[in-house]
Amino acid sequence: MSAPPDTREVILEARELTREFDGVKALDRFSFQLHRGEVLGLLGANGAGKTTAMNCLLGLTLPTGGELFAFGLELQRHRIQILQRSNFSSAYTALPGNLLVGQNLLVFAKIYGVKDPKAKIAELMELLEISHLSKRVTGQLSAGESTRVNLVKAFLNDPELLMLDEPTASLDPDIADKVRKVVRKVQRERNIGILYTSHNMRDIEEVCDRVIFLHKGRIVCEGTPTQILSRSSSSSLEDVFIKIARDGEIVDEA
Amino acid sequence: MNLQTISALVLRYLFLYTRTPMRMVELVFWPVVDLVVWGNVTVFIQKNTNPEFGNFVLFFLGGMILWDIMFRAQQGVAISFLEDVWTRNLLNVFVAPVRTSEYVSATFIVGFLRIVVTAIVLSLISWFGYTFNVFTLSWWLIPFFANLMLFGWSLGMISTALILRWGQAAESLAWAIPFFFQPAVAVFYRVEDMPAWSQPIAWCFPPTYIFEGMRDVMKSGSMNWSYLWTSAGLNLLYLALAGWLFLWILNLTRKRGLLTKFATQ
Repeated sequence: MSAPPDTREVILEARELTREFDGVKALDRFSFQLHRGEVLGLLGANGAGKTTAMNCLLGLTLPTGGELFAFGLELQRHRIQILQRSNFSSAYTALPGNLLVGQNLLVFAKIYGVKDPKAKIAELMELLEISHLSKRVTGQLSAGESTRVNLVKAFLNDPELLMLDEPTASLDPDIADKVRKVVRKVQRERNIGILYTSHNMRDIEEVCDRVIFLHKGRIVCEGTPTQILSRSSSSSLEDVFIKIARDGEIVDEA
Repeated sequence: MNLQTISALVLRYLFLYTRTPMRMVELVFWPVVDLVVWGNVTVFIQKNTNPEFGNFVLFFLGGMILWDIMFRAQQGVAISFLEDVWTRNLLNVFVAPVRTSEYVSATFIVGFLRIVVTAIVLSLISWFGYTFNVFTLSWWLIPFFANLMLFGWSLGMISTALILRWGQAAESLAWAIPFFFQPAVAVFYRVEDMPAWSQPIAWCFPPTYIFEGMRDVMKSGSMNWSYLWTSAGLNLLYLALAGWLFLWILNLTRKRGLLTKFATQ
């Protein structure tokens, strides 16, 4: 039985997105829709095409084929307009390590045109339980603290669309759990659409409403975590992940 | 262009300079070393040659100070970009609602602020240490500084474009590029003293007119206005070409997917 169509507004859409590098397709006619208030997980082994997809969606890499839309606007043509309503956080980027946390956040609050930057920063830092870090040097933070500071940056402009690239990478289970909970809390309160990549299946089960598994740039499996598990012979998403990474497909029980 | 975005980016660089005093030292250290070495050489030559020749040697100090203005402007643009690379912040900036023109404008402003700091320090040291008053150039200083700053910005954009294209392996270009031009723009000697074949090349670059003008002003108190207009015209041309190169390479890095590799390495 297929799920009823999602009637919420589509805030991000890729149509036949293709990206080739030296004749190799990192993304092959990749299409998906992300709805307002939905958390969509993008999964796949290293080299599956997740990062390429994310980079295309952020406008950092130009696709070699297909189209991208956010809020109904063509991405390349309305990049600034779209970025004002979006935000991004990745475990692989950092805020300048030589500035104080408060200074970094103030700079980005001003870039995003936040009305009362200091109040907004204080509110978000409190939400993420890092108010005490404001005067700390960013480069001296632990991985967990750094992730939460990056999340404050990502929430600064009250984004309608958020892209999170492995937000819990290199975090201990306790901090990872806190991060997942706060992401889910803010997402629900503010009805944010989130595109979420992770290698941590616990993240995916707890945070994502729907997931897409990529293999060699193509979608091999899509649905809610429960739907995917029911379609496969695996007992956990982690097994599905491994099966797809090794065989490129999940074996339907039917 | 959004002024708030530009001011936010400038604020980020100001925080960086105030948080890291070593950067301020770097901003002042090399110009002061240059000035002291050239100042001492000037004094030595003045004492050991006839007075007329000694006056000509003062051109060295003027040339050195004006050269540093151009160099600092170029550094303001190129090093500001590298600061974002070194701190892995480039991706955050490129995925924020920052137009390329706003980003480049912020680096221009940082270049201007660097010039102000360097010019004040060098002027004071040259006056108190060597009784060379840079203000003998009077109001001419303003168009001199402006033209050299514009060419410095162009070189800064070219340096940044090349670093974008070839990655951090090319970052030494941020320091080297101005020195490719130094022999050709007659900083310390007159164009007529250069080999004949190189003179037409020298006149292709805006700073040549400024350094020639500086020597005229120091000698006679005035200069040929056409030098200034030609320099300004050429500067607009170079700025347009550098801007085009920067945008072309930025687009190329996006097309080839190099930007993210570069921004996260």
